[in-house]
Amino acid sequence: MKIMVAIKRVVDYAVKIRVKSDRTGVETNNVKMSMNPFCEIALEEALRIKESGLASEVVAVSMGPAQCVDTLRTGLAMGADRGVHVEAAGQLYPLTVAKILKSLVEVEKPGLIILGKQAIDDDCNQTGQMVAGLLSWPQGTFASKVVLDKEKQLAMVEREVDGGLETLELDLPAVITTDLRLNQPRYATLPNIMKAKSKPIKKYTPQELNVDVKSDLEVIQVTEPPKRKAGVILSSVEELIDKLKNEARVI
Amino acid sequence: MRKYRGSSKLLLQPRTTNEVSQILKYCNSRLLAVVPQGGNTGLVGGSVPVFDEVIINMGSMNNLITFDKGSGVLVCEAGCILENLVSFVDDHGFIMPLDLGAKGSCQIGGNVSTNAGGLRLVRYGSLHGNILGLEAVLANGDVIDMLGTLRKDNTGYDLKHLFIGSEGSLGIVTKVSIHTPPKLSSVNLAFLACKDYFSCQKLLREAKRKLGEILSAFEFLDNQSMDLVLTYLEGVRNPFSSSMHNFYVLIETTGSEESYDREKLEAFLLSSMEGGLISDGVIAQDINQASSFWRIREGIAEALMKAGAVYKYDLSLPVEKMYDLVEKMRQRLGETAKVIGYGHLGDGNLHLNISAPRYDDMIFAQIEPYVYEWTSEHRGSISAEHGLGLMKANKIFYSKSPKTVQLMSSIKKLLDPNGILNPYKVLPHSLSSH
Repeated sequence: MKIMVAIKRVVDYAVKIRVKSDRTGVETNNVKMSMNPFCEIALEEALRIKESGLASEVVAVSMGPAQCVDTLRTGLAMGADRGVHVEAAGQLYPLTVAKILKSLVEVEKPGLIILGKQAIDDDCNQTGQMVAGLLSWPQGTFASKVVLDKEKQLAMVEREVDGGLETLELDLPAVITTDLRLNQPRYATLPNIMKAKSKPIKKYTPQELNVDVKSDLEVIQVTEPPKRKAGVILSSVEELIDKLKNEARVI
Repeated sequence: MRKYRGSSKLLLQPRTTNEVSQILKYCNSRLLAVVPQGGNTGLVGGSVPVFDEVIINMGSMNNLITFDKGSGVLVCEAGCILENLVSFVDDHGFIMPLDLGAKGSCQIGGNVSTNAGGLRLVRYGSLHGNILGLEAVLANGDVIDMLGTLRKDNTGYDLKHLFIGSEGSLGIVTKVSIHTPPKLSSVNLAFLACKDYFSCQKLLREAKRKLGEILSAFEFLDNQSMDLVLTYLEGVRNPFSSSMHNFYVLIETTGSEESYDREKLEAFLLSSMEGGLISDGVIAQDINQASSFWRIREGIAEALMKAGAVYKYDLSLPVEKMYDLVEKMRQRLGETAKVIGYGHLGDGNLHLNISAPRYDDMIFAQIEPYVYEWTSEHRGSISAEHGLGLMKANKIFYSKSPKTVQLMSSIKKLLDPNGILNPYKVLPHSLSSH
């Protein structure tokens, strides 16, 4: 069975982001970019499934500008067997990504697709669910534990929900999206970084996959949230009551 | 460190240079000894009163004065916490030229007064090069304004260098002018395993040559240090699955071009691996992974404190000989204590630490004076970056000639005739005439 993992190149989680002065988006020039942490977890899970003998191949897929190849190389260095780069300029929204993934599924025919539950740049949390919908495949989202049963061709997925932990059984092929507690991703070791250099990355364009990237969404403006006002240290209870009454007007 | 305890009855927190001046003028007239104090993160007892010296804590003088966004010159008061300065200049696209584990508490005045080294010295050099000017108050209250912001100024004797590293014994630093390097966007970090110390040395030589201008840190730690950190710190994991490596090296590169630097680093590491210098290695793929590698190296001091009593030695030694001392100490101490070695290999600076369940005179007798004698024989420094403070005040002769020390003593008498500034520290007690 083949596993397809979608990985996204985003601004590094630890970077202090700044909004561009023209308010069209977040500053990405000269800013450290890395693999989306949830995608890293997705890839790690796929690799563990393969290492336990339940899958034959892990294919990492990334979409976007030329630099996505760097992120794919990281995925290959972690242990993915092959990479697929769908080269596209401009912003790709979840529905477009989901459509491209559907086209790739028709080419690659994986038994399982694993994605991060959301990307840390847009926090959409939509792509996995949309792919499942387009393919009419079952989905297990926010997975905190995944156990595959090869014989019965199903996946047992434990999900973190508000009320606690929910366990689902999905018939394969299926879509799984990963949550933080699923696993701790491995580091890219030097021997694997070396091997990754000779692993193939196949290139596609959205046109070749018959997907129109025109989106129904348009980002009009991106602004910073209002700055938090500094707190004030008060000197007495009377002052507090006065401020609550006359400034905050809550009593 | 819980090692030094004084019995001061008064702590003052001046808010302006003028207040510092008035305090010192008064203390000088009444022959009252004082201890200048910053973030109190020193490791040789330099900021702790020995008896009842008046503590002058600089923490309230924490204003930023100016920052030139073109040249990167920062002027600020001595009580500014290093980490806050790091955040401030970061917003403008610059970094501080020094970085140490204590950055959350240490103050820039203290860093200057101790000529702090840290993790970036191999790239940005020492504070003697990065401090462009300072303002200090002498023992008699005189304010000496040398707060220049010029990169080059050869007019007369460059007296600021006297205050850099003299640990508050010649004057109290009140303001600092420091040159900050631009923040470069591409930082890469590799955590490597080496089978022996010889490989670590060779790796350093190769790194300086092959990575050249992008090398920004080169640290090493031995297996015993790694064990300690994994045992005593929460949430720390060994980047390698097996624990059978003898030495670990951290190499950091900082440059302006991500893909170019990455290729350069990978090529260097792969050829080092093929050449047998590295037995295994990982490269951090994001800032989080990089932080967790640094946590291992920077957490050793914390782990040592949790493990019990620790005897700390900070030595400069020829790189080829450095680890010999660690092995000698292991032989001498046997089962009675754990000896670990780590440090700024790129600068020839070893942090030798001996960890024991509790402080014990028999253990101490096996360590001193042997450590100092051995260092002296190899023409090393008994204090690479931590300074002399109280701990090594009488040990200076292991690393400096008697005539040199005599000259230091003359300068001390000139600037502080009554000996009120941080007495019992830095210079041998035998040289003070009180």
